[in-house]
Amino acid sequence: MTGHSRRAFMHAAATCSLLALTLSGTAALADDHTVKIGYAIAKTGPNATGAGITTLPNYQLWVSKVNEAGGLAMPDGSKRMIEVVEYDDRSSNEDLVRAIERLATQDNVDIILPPWGTGANLAIAPLMDRFGYPQLAVTAVTDKAPEFAARWKRSFWMLGGGHDYAVGLADALTAARDAGTINGKIAMVSVADGFGIDLVNGARPAFADAGFEVVYDKSYPLGTSDFAAILNEAKDSGADSFVAFSYPPGSFGMTKTAQSISYNPKVFYIGVGGAFPIYAKIADGKQQGVMSIGGVNAESEAIQTYFQDHIDSAGAPPDSWASAITFASLQMLEQAVERVGLDHEQLAAELSTGTFDTIIGEVKLEDNQLRDLWWVGQWQDGAFKGVNPADKAGASSPIIPKPEW
Amino acid sequence: MIALGVALVGLVALAALPFYLSDYGLGLMIGMAGYVTLASAWALFSGQTRYISLATVAFYGVGAYTIAVLNETMAYPAALACAGLIGAGLALLVGLSTLRLSGIYFVIFTFGLAELVRQVITWFEVNVTGTLGRYIFLDITAREIYWQLLALGAFTIALTAWIMRRRLGLALRVIGDDETVAAHSGIDLARTKLTAFVLSATIITLAGAISSPRWTYVEPLIVFNPNVSFLTVIMALLGGANRLWGPLFGAVPLFLLFEWLSVQFPDTYPVILGLLFIGVVFLLPDGILGGLARLTGRNGKAAR
Amino acid sequence: MTILVLGLVLGGTYALLALGLTIQYGIARIMNLAYGEMTLAAAFVLVFLFNQLGLPPLLSILFVAPAGYVTGWLLYTVMMRPLVARSGGGGKLELDSILATFGLLFVVQGLLLLFFGSNFTSISYLDRGVSVFGVTVALNRLIAFAVCIVAGGGLALALTRTRWGLIMRAVALTPGSAPLVGIDVTRVARQAFALGTALAAIGGTSVAMYQTFSATDGVVFTMKALVIVIMGGVGNVPGALAAGFALGLIETFVATVIDPGLTLAATFAIFLIVLLWRPEGLFGRRA
Repeated sequence: MTGHSRRAFMHAAATCSLLALTLSGTAALADDHTVKIGYAIAKTGPNATGAGITTLPNYQLWVSKVNEAGGLAMPDGSKRMIEVVEYDDRSSNEDLVRAIERLATQDNVDIILPPWGTGANLAIAPLMDRFGYPQLAVTAVTDKAPEFAARWKRSFWMLGGGHDYAVGLADALTAARDAGTINGKIAMVSVADGFGIDLVNGARPAFADAGFEVVYDKSYPLGTSDFAAILNEAKDSGADSFVAFSYPPGSFGMTKTAQSISYNPKVFYIGVGGAFPIYAKIADGKQQGVMSIGGVNAESEAIQTYFQDHIDSAGAPPDSWASAITFASLQMLEQAVERVGLDHEQLAAELSTGTFDTIIGEVKLEDNQLRDLWWVGQWQDGAFKGVNPADKAGASSPIIPKPEW
Repeated sequence: MIALGVALVGLVALAALPFYLSDYGLGLMIGMAGYVTLASAWALFSGQTRYISLATVAFYGVGAYTIAVLNETMAYPAALACAGLIGAGLALLVGLSTLRLSGIYFVIFTFGLAELVRQVITWFEVNVTGTLGRYIFLDITAREIYWQLLALGAFTIALTAWIMRRRLGLALRVIGDDETVAAHSGIDLARTKLTAFVLSATIITLAGAISSPRWTYVEPLIVFNPNVSFLTVIMALLGGANRLWGPLFGAVPLFLLFEWLSVQFPDTYPVILGLLFIGVVFLLPDGILGGLARLTGRNGKAAR
Repeated sequence: MTILVLGLVLGGTYALLALGLTIQYGIARIMNLAYGEMTLAAAFVLVFLFNQLGLPPLLSILFVAPAGYVTGWLLYTVMMRPLVARSGGGGKLELDSILATFGLLFVVQGLLLLFFGSNFTSISYLDRGVSVFGVTVALNRLIAFAVCIVAGGGLALALTRTRWGLIMRAVALTPGSAPLVGIDVTRVARQAFALGTALAAIGGTSVAMYQTFSATDGVVFTMKALVIVIMGGVGNVPGALAAGFALGLIETFVATVIDPGLTLAATFAIFLIVLLWRPEGLFGRRA
């Protein structure tokens, strides 16, 4: 955070001084040899935070890496520099849809990168389909991914659905219960929002099938900032496992509240935000054993290099859930372009059928979806490691019970 | 009469535009048509009576959400009609309960209303239907959306023009000037305000319903975006909310400005936008039309 | 008991947020939509001071609050005063101030995004539990509660017991006739606006101690504060305190006894009902 602030300050100063220059007109030097890559993303409004953590830094990192290496490699062996066209969608789908229309029909960009968020990716899917652009939707969690992949042939869904994460969690908890480490009771809360509901709807049957009893099951509205009442209820519920399908402000708020009221369930699971680098700070360094969505193979050298690159480029480490996948999706794009060029149809076909070598390992999509994902991760020794699926290469074994705060 | 002719020719020209525009151009036109409709409908009630309503998005969102809920079980025109009816019903309810409020209390109430509607829908969806986030898969092209919005916008402006010449319009203006005087001069305050509010809210609901197929995916957080309310107010006020063409002259330039700024200065756009905004408040206190009228020396009071 | 303690502590943090706004709107007559952004700005500054200079948050309140006062003073002089002069005391000021501060909202938010980025920001400070009547409460929330009591109580006393307070209340009640008794309304309004900004800054510093926030959260704070201000009565400091506590109790009660999913809906429902019941909206278009 310290380095990040200073960098942000310098960035701001630079932007201000550049502003005067930019005012005189930004007619970019669009020669035929550049590849135009466009995206519309939330730089202001409620989605700006998520986009600024998971998506935007990866776009910037990737573009600068490619350009430093001389540009995007083409099938004929030539290299073309990337030129970026960037718009702010102001966290509004109406603006986003228009920006995509602009990218496709006005700027005629070669490739469009997706926005951040499930709703945003769905909003542009019909348009991307109509204009024929492949859409590598990374930050979209939806159980309907198979349906969407079939409906929009050039869309790719890379973060699974709520059901997957819920089943993964049930799986991890079952193992712990069968080993006698935790009891069969679960206290569960969820944010009243598409994401929270997807997960909780997947979790209820998954927990029931696994023989768990959900003793506390409530949803809370987005925007809640005080969790003292909820956590006190959960604490009194007698459950060994606390599960929150939450968004970052909630995940952070619950962590702080749990610490201050000394709520020490044997399993403490939170939703989005748990894998963010800032989480260690939120938990005041006591994040050991906290479980959340996602994870990375911390032993992998490619991941370690990626983390370092990300720190050098953005001033902060990436989040350990969708960041690496975002970057991997860009690597897939890069390799697909090298194999078949920029023709959208061939590009989509290659993405759909090809095998790619990325920082998350070898990737091959199944029915236009990435299925080889980490469903549950856990903070272990300062890194957020993938623990479920337990048989996935690089899986760490979960620490249950979680040490006290 | 000439004005009417010009307006009609303009409308026909606007309706023919999609045949000549790129998709992006059409997107721009949809955005503009949408905001002109919202701002005009808003001004129909708030511009005349000076009751600043921030409930725009409550109705807009309800319209969009109705389509999202009904689009799988019902034909589109029927769903649209339902949306209109629901909007009118809600407006009647809100109108009746807020009759006694005025000034800042009305502003705050309407803002709170938008939040309340969102919270209640969310809670209902989560606890009763168990889904949140609905999909709209309707075969409606961007052109058709544009034409519908254009028609709705034209209807709104025509309706405003018609009302302004009727007793209702006069009554609304008197209420806007001084409510006590209005009551003394025998105007039925409740009925007048209610009529205008329901008309305005129904149009806004329809605008939301028509726009919704463009988003494919709808959830309360997306459709109840308070910015819609703010932008509508700002646009109408910028143009001159108590003038027939005021909202249009506010919505179009402001919309284009937003677009241009977000393209040219994605990073510093909010700062520039804010500064421009403050500038407008200082330099054009009566709205663009009022400012123009002053510049050209015509008496700005006439339109009051 | 749990509900009572948790609710009161939560209510204290709410009331603290609302104090500045009620003064700004009640006395200076500026409906400040950028209030939440000012709160956030102070929170960011506090975090910055804490991270870069290692300044303890409680100590930096001593710097942030006066800085807030100066900022408010400047803002009023440069931005609000011309609007006030132009409106001539009429209802147009309400509109103009809403529009102008709406612009200010964007400016401040944009600057925060530029300087601090869009990331979630948070510090861990006094994040341990304290037992109050057998209920564990976070110490930093308790501090916010104490700050609220001190600031709110002090302010209420100053307004009712001192000559300065009398002048403030006179301007709040009848800005039109205050000059007749020799009160410089402009000066008082400027003081009130600056004081309100200082209170916003204090509120922001306490928010930074207990909550994670990001540069786009300002509207949330403005809304909460606004609800409390209206419920408590505009310009009414004890009212704002009472309304803040009431809100905290209601939210905690609903979350514990009924359903956490309905806390915000309950807040707004009660707020709307109070609003409908209040006589202020009944007669006369403006106070």
